[in-house]
Amino acid sequence: MKTRKKLDSNTVLIIITIALFVFMYAVGCVMYQDKGFGNFQTFLNVLINNAGLICVTCGMTCVMLTGGIDISVGSVIAMDCMLLVYGMTEWKMGAVPMVILVLVIGLVFGLVQGFLVGYLEIQPFIVTMAGMFFARGMTAVICSGQISITEADNPVFYKWANSKITLPEFMGKVNRHGKVIAPYMRPTVVIALLVLILIFLMLKYTKFGRNMYAVGGNQTSATMMGLNVKKTKMLSYILSSFLCSIGGILYCLNTMSGSVNQAKGLEMDAIASAVIGGTLLTGGVGNVIGSLFGVLINGTITVLVNTNGKLLSSWANIATAALLCVFIILQSIFALVKARRNN
Amino acid sequence: MDNLKNLTKKPLFLPIFCMILVLLINLIKSPTFFSVSVNNGVLYGRLIDIINRGSEIAILAVGQTLVVAVSAGTDISVGSVMSLSACSCCMLLAGYGNNSVSTLVVPMAVGMLFGVLMGGVCGAFNGALVAKLKIQPMVATLILFTAARAIGLLLCNNQITYIRYEKYKYLGNFIPGCPIPTPVFVAIIVIIIIAILLRKTALGLYIQSVGINGRAARISGINSDVICFICYLICGICAGIAGIVASSRIYSADSNNIGLNFELDAILAVALGGNSLGGGKFNLAGSIIGAYTIQAITTTLLAMGVSTDKAPVFKAIIVIIIVVVQAPAFKSYMAARKAQRAQVKEAA
Repeated sequence: MKTRKKLDSNTVLIIITIALFVFMYAVGCVMYQDKGFGNFQTFLNVLINNAGLICVTCGMTCVMLTGGIDISVGSVIAMDCMLLVYGMTEWKMGAVPMVILVLVIGLVFGLVQGFLVGYLEIQPFIVTMAGMFFARGMTAVICSGQISITEADNPVFYKWANSKITLPEFMGKVNRHGKVIAPYMRPTVVIALLVLILIFLMLKYTKFGRNMYAVGGNQTSATMMGLNVKKTKMLSYILSSFLCSIGGILYCLNTMSGSVNQAKGLEMDAIASAVIGGTLLTGGVGNVIGSLFGVLINGTITVLVNTNGKLLSSWANIATAALLCVFIILQSIFALVKARRNN
Repeated sequence: MDNLKNLTKKPLFLPIFCMILVLLINLIKSPTFFSVSVNNGVLYGRLIDIINRGSEIAILAVGQTLVVAVSAGTDISVGSVMSLSACSCCMLLAGYGNNSVSTLVVPMAVGMLFGVLMGGVCGAFNGALVAKLKIQPMVATLILFTAARAIGLLLCNNQITYIRYEKYKYLGNFIPGCPIPTPVFVAIIVIIIIAILLRKTALGLYIQSVGINGRAARISGINSDVICFICYLICGICAGIAGIVASSRIYSADSNNIGLNFELDAILAVALGGNSLGGGKFNLAGSIIGAYTIQAITTTLLAMGVSTDKAPVFKAIIVIIIVVVQAPAFKSYMAARKAQRAQVKEAA
């Protein structure tokens, strides 16, 4: 007997997300047509500006799948940026060693957090909140001012940051002089999308990926099945911090500067993106494709606020927080309905 | 040896021990630490500074203790709510859009009450999300953690609003003729009110039973949701009061800096107070001593030349050490090692 595939609540959430993104973008196109919102380049700019956030959100999604959370990401990005910039300007280090150093620091950071959460069974929030303040403090310890990289400091890094990938001309627009301007991307977008695809495949086809779903879905039954819950949890935090370091490098390539207040509230953006993308806070449900749309929605809000010009930038924060609130409430309503139906 | 063991088991051992430790370090480093003098009719000195500045943390810690006890989660929005309540108070007093006034638009008490009310509204919002919709406390409060500060900026039109009105400074500084800083009185009043509420009504007992086992509490006839909601409400109001005090201290509403990193201090105070962050039994006195200990640590760090933006590194490490020592997994590991050692000794 063939049973029709039923729409479950999680699919509904993802459909709502995609519809919301399309709707928001369409509204933007209609409202700010004269300011060039409808250009393909604007969309690419959203991707360019949020390349780092895509990586971070992938990591966040993995952690949230196991039922945990990582609120240290924003501060870790600030620390990474500061370290990169400081290393290249003050220590005169090369771009490659600094990138490797940052990645190693990300791994160590994740190892400590993962050990505390997985093996010592401390609440993930407390651990990562301590991590958040630790990383923010370390940023100030490295340097408490604002510094930026110029071409003279590190030509290699500068070249990375400014290289463009030009797309075919037919996607572009014709400017006032009748010349076709081809849209462009940065390599950071390619890296971010590559990370996204890798994580997607990992979650779907590898043992570790499925373990994460199992641990988040029901920890007791995962233990009974013989999965190593503690190890899975620890690895998910290591993965998150590692991806966060990649995100930090991409973020730095975008801003080319480091300051103590950088990436403040980015943990909120990452969590909001993951939640909007259909990842359940209780764990076990979600995937990174949804998270990508979460990031896009997040980026679109920022662009809308910036394009308006009259609104204060804090409106973007408020809108993201409000959207997170709405989606959390939707999730818990779905969960309550499901629980009632099961009874 | 047994006496020592009994002493370490006492609930107030950890906070008092830490307090004495911090003070001892200070005594060794600079003997002038404890000197208190009278300048311009008010008390002056490091110790007074700690008691003065620690008041806001103590007020926050009172609310945070209840939240931790009832829901095994923490309210990380308290710092932002402080900023929001300060901004809404100053916005009302100065009138929207004015960034420096010397006469008030509305009576001072109205503005302050409005600020505290805003704190209460934030607390109610958090409470509704946690108690009614069963959202993890930290995710629920994360919403206001970012939004409250942003709303505060909107209320103040992205500026710092100054209230250059002499009486507005009293609450955060000194009332003329009284040598003791006013925030201390505010903290004492808040603590007494909450203590009476917990001791003279059954609320304290209810909070503990909901925290230990929410389901069992519900079965025995306690409305867990309402108790949980009340705790978040109290926490919000406490944050509101702390925000007004902080705003009065600098007679302005600086949305970006009021209550910055205070959420860490408040949670650290609760943990230092010997309360388990896993909820259940709580000890208000411990949290309050913890709060002043945190301020003592902050002051010590400042005196040692560690600037405020670097201080979180040390506090984060302290938090981690405390939660690791409290963790059941760590405790059972230590017990196992002890047993092993005893076995080895027996064999020898």
